[in-house]
Amino acid sequence: MFVQPGIKRARNALEAALSGLYDLVISLLDLIFGTLQRLIGVRGMPYIFVLPNLLIFGIFILLPMLLNFVYAFTGGASFTPFDRPWVGTANFDRLMDCTNYLEPRTCGEDLFWRAVYNTLGYVVIQVALMVLFALVTALILNRSIKARGFFRSVFFYPVLLSPIVVALIWKWILQENGLLNGILTGLGYEKIPFLVNAQWAQFLVIMISVWAFMGFYMLILLAGLQSIPADLYEAASMDGANHWQSFSKITMPLLMPTMVVVLVLSLIRAFQVFDIVFAFTGGGPGTATLYLVQYIYNYGFSSPNKQFGLAAAASLLMGGVLVVLTVIQLVVRREEN
Amino acid sequence: MKISKLFTALLLVAVLLSACKTAATEAPTTVPPTQPPAPVATDVPAPTDVPVQPVEIRFTYYADGVEADVIKPLIDKFMADNPGITVILDVVPYKTIDEQLPVQVDSGEGPDMARITNFGAYAGKLLDLRSYLADSAYYEANFPAPILSALGYGGYPDALTVTGPFVNKTLFDQAGVEIPGEGTTWEEWTALAKQVAEATGVQYAISIDRTGHRFAGPAMSMGATLINAESNFTVDTPGFRSFAEIVKGWHDNALTPQEVWLGAEPVNSCIAAFKSGQLVMCMSGSWQINGLAKDVGDAFDWVVVPNPTGAGGSTGIAGGSAVVAFAGTQHPQEVAKLIAFLIQAENYAAFSAGTSSLPAHTGVAEAGVAFNTDNPMVLAALSAYTAEVPKLTDQAVSLNVHPYAFAYYRNSANRIAQYLSGELTLDEMLVNLQQDIDNAIAEAQK
Repeated sequence: MFVQPGIKRARNALEAALSGLYDLVISLLDLIFGTLQRLIGVRGMPYIFVLPNLLIFGIFILLPMLLNFVYAFTGGASFTPFDRPWVGTANFDRLMDCTNYLEPRTCGEDLFWRAVYNTLGYVVIQVALMVLFALVTALILNRSIKARGFFRSVFFYPVLLSPIVVALIWKWILQENGLLNGILTGLGYEKIPFLVNAQWAQFLVIMISVWAFMGFYMLILLAGLQSIPADLYEAASMDGANHWQSFSKITMPLLMPTMVVVLVLSLIRAFQVFDIVFAFTGGGPGTATLYLVQYIYNYGFSSPNKQFGLAAAASLLMGGVLVVLTVIQLVVRREEN
Repeated sequence: MKISKLFTALLLVAVLLSACKTAATEAPTTVPPTQPPAPVATDVPAPTDVPVQPVEIRFTYYADGVEADVIKPLIDKFMADNPGITVILDVVPYKTIDEQLPVQVDSGEGPDMARITNFGAYAGKLLDLRSYLADSAYYEANFPAPILSALGYGGYPDALTVTGPFVNKTLFDQAGVEIPGEGTTWEEWTALAKQVAEATGVQYAISIDRTGHRFAGPAMSMGATLINAESNFTVDTPGFRSFAEIVKGWHDNALTPQEVWLGAEPVNSCIAAFKSGQLVMCMSGSWQINGLAKDVGDAFDWVVVPNPTGAGGSTGIAGGSAVVAFAGTQHPQEVAKLIAFLIQAENYAAFSAGTSSLPAHTGVAEAGVAFNTDNPMVLAALSAYTAEVPKLTDQAVSLNVHPYAFAYYRNSANRIAQYLSGELTLDEMLVNLQQDIDNAIAEAQK
C-alpha cells in the first residue's frame, strides 16, 4: 500500500516521540526506585510497593473501624471522639434490653429488633428467590436459544444501573399516582396502595432487589455452567439419562461450588440492603421495610436526633454477622481448592 | 534511530523544563495586572500601605421558595460596599441543613454562616455577636429576646412562620359549601372537607404535613400539654391522643393522601397534593405562600383559614428560620459586619417584602412591610397568618426554641406513622414516643 512521504514522516516522528517519552519515564522510575533500593535494601522494597494501598486501607477502612469501636463504647451527641464520655457497654445493653426477644414490642429499643426481624425475613426470602431466578435464567441462557447474547445483556443490564435510579424508576411506576395505578384506574380498576401497604411494600422491595441484582449472580452461574465439560452430558445421554437426571446428577453437583459462592455473596449483600429500600420506601410504611443498615443510618447520619453510640453498637453487632458469613465463604472456598 | 530517540528525549525534557519555568513565572501574575506594583519596603511601613487581605465568608443557605433569589442582591450590595469581603452563598437543599450541617459544624468543617431552623442543634456552637456588632443594642432591641436567647445571640430570625391550614376555595365554591371561620373544630373541618371532596370528585379531603412540628399545633388546640411546667416533653395527654385519633381516622377512611405520612420521606408536606388540586385542605404553614402562588397560579383560588379550635384554644406553632454565625469562623468581624448589614431595617424589610414572609424584626413589623406582590391571595394569606400570631399559646411559642425540640420533631413523626400504619396501638405509640424523646435528651445531655 502506498503511503505518502509526509504521513510516513509524521508517523515516524510520533513513534520516536512516544519511544523517547517511554524511555524518559522508565529512566525516572529507575532513578527513584534504584535510589530507594540502595537506601532500604531489596527486602524493604515490597513494603514500598504495598504502601499506597496500605495507606488507603488504613485511612478509609481501618481508621473508621477503630473509630466505630470508640463510638460504640462512648455516649453523648458529640461527633468528636475526644468529647464523648465513656459509657462501657451501655449502648449494647440498650440494644439487647428485651423481655422477649421474639417480640420487638417488648424491647427497649424496639426499632432495632424490628429492623433485625425485617432484615432476617428479607434475607431468607430475597436470597432464596435471587438464587432460584439466577439459576433458572442461567440454565435457559446456557442453552442454544435465539438471540442469546441479547437476552444475556437484557438480564445483566439492571446491574449496571445505580440502585437509587432503580428505586426511583420503580417508585414512579408504583406510587399512589404512578404509572401502574394510572393504567389501573384508566382500565376502571381501583388503585393499589403499593407503597403504603406493609405487605405490598415488603413484597415489592424483595422483587425489585431481585430484578436489580439477579444479572450479576446469573453471570457467575453461567460461567459455572459453561465450565462443566459437554462430554459428561453426551455420555449421560448415551446411557439413556433424561433431562432431569442430567440436571440432578451432573449439573447440580458440579455447579454446587459456584452455587455456594453465589449464596454467600448474595447473603452478605442482602444483609447490607439499604440504598434501594431507602429511596423506594424510606423504611415504611411505619417500619415495615426498615432494615438494619437504615436503622444505623437513621441514628448515625440522618436524623437530627443523632445517637452515634447506638448506631456504632448496632453496626458492630451487624458486622459480627457479616464476619461469620465471610468466614463461611472462606472455609467453603478453601475446601473447594 | 538512536540519535532521533535521543533528540526527541532531549526535546521532551526541554519542553517539560520550559513548561515548569512557565508555571513558575506564571504564578505571581495571578495578581491582576491593573493592580499597582507592591510598595517598596521602607523602614517603618505605614499601616495604610499594608494590602488588605481579602476575606472569604462561606454562607450555607437553603430556600423554601425565592429566599435565595432575594438575598443574593442584598449580599451583592454588601460586597460592593465592602470590597475586601467576598461572600460565597452555597444554596443547598434543606436536607443538607437538617442532616449534614450539624456534623460539619461539630467536626470543625462548617461554614462561617448558615440559615438554619433547628436552633437546639447548635447550642454553644454559635458566635455571640454582641461583642462584635458595632450596635449591639439595636440588635437586641429589634428581635424577640426568647429567640435571641435560644440562638445564644449567635444570629437573627430572618422570618417568622406560623402553622395553619390552606383550603382550596374553588372546590368549596363548586360544592356550594361556605368556608367556616373562627371556632370550627377539627372534627367539623374533617366533615366539611369530606363533603367537598365527595361533591367535587377530588381524590383527597384533608391532610397534614408529616412532622411533629405541624402536628403539635392541632394537638395543643385540642388540649395537649406538650411542654409541661418544668419545660419537659409530655406526649401522653388527651389532646395529643384526640388529634392522633383524628389523623388515624383520615387514613382509615381514605380521606388523606397516605403517601404523605406512610411514604418514603421522613419529613413530608401535603402541599404537593394541595397544589395539584386534588386535596381540599392541607395543614402546613406560612412559608408555603410563595410556592403556592407560583405553582398554582390561577388554576384555582386558595385561602388560609384560622387554626381549628378545641379544648386548648386555637393555635398554630410559631417557628421560623434564622441566619446564624458559627463560633468556629475565622472571620468574626466580617461575619458580624454582614449580619449587621442584613438586619438593617431597610435590608430586612426588603427580604420580608421579596419573600412575602412575616418579619421577626420588631422595627420592620411596626413600620409594616410593603410586600412585593399584588396577588390578592398572597396578601390575604399573609394577613390571615398575621392574625394567627396573637393567638399563639405560650407552649406553641416555646416549642421551636426548646433546646431539645429536635428530640420531639422527628421521633414523633416516625412513631405517629407507625400508629397510622397499624403497626402500633395508640398506647404503644405514646409510650414509645415518650421513651424516644427521653432517650434522645439523656444522650444529648451526656
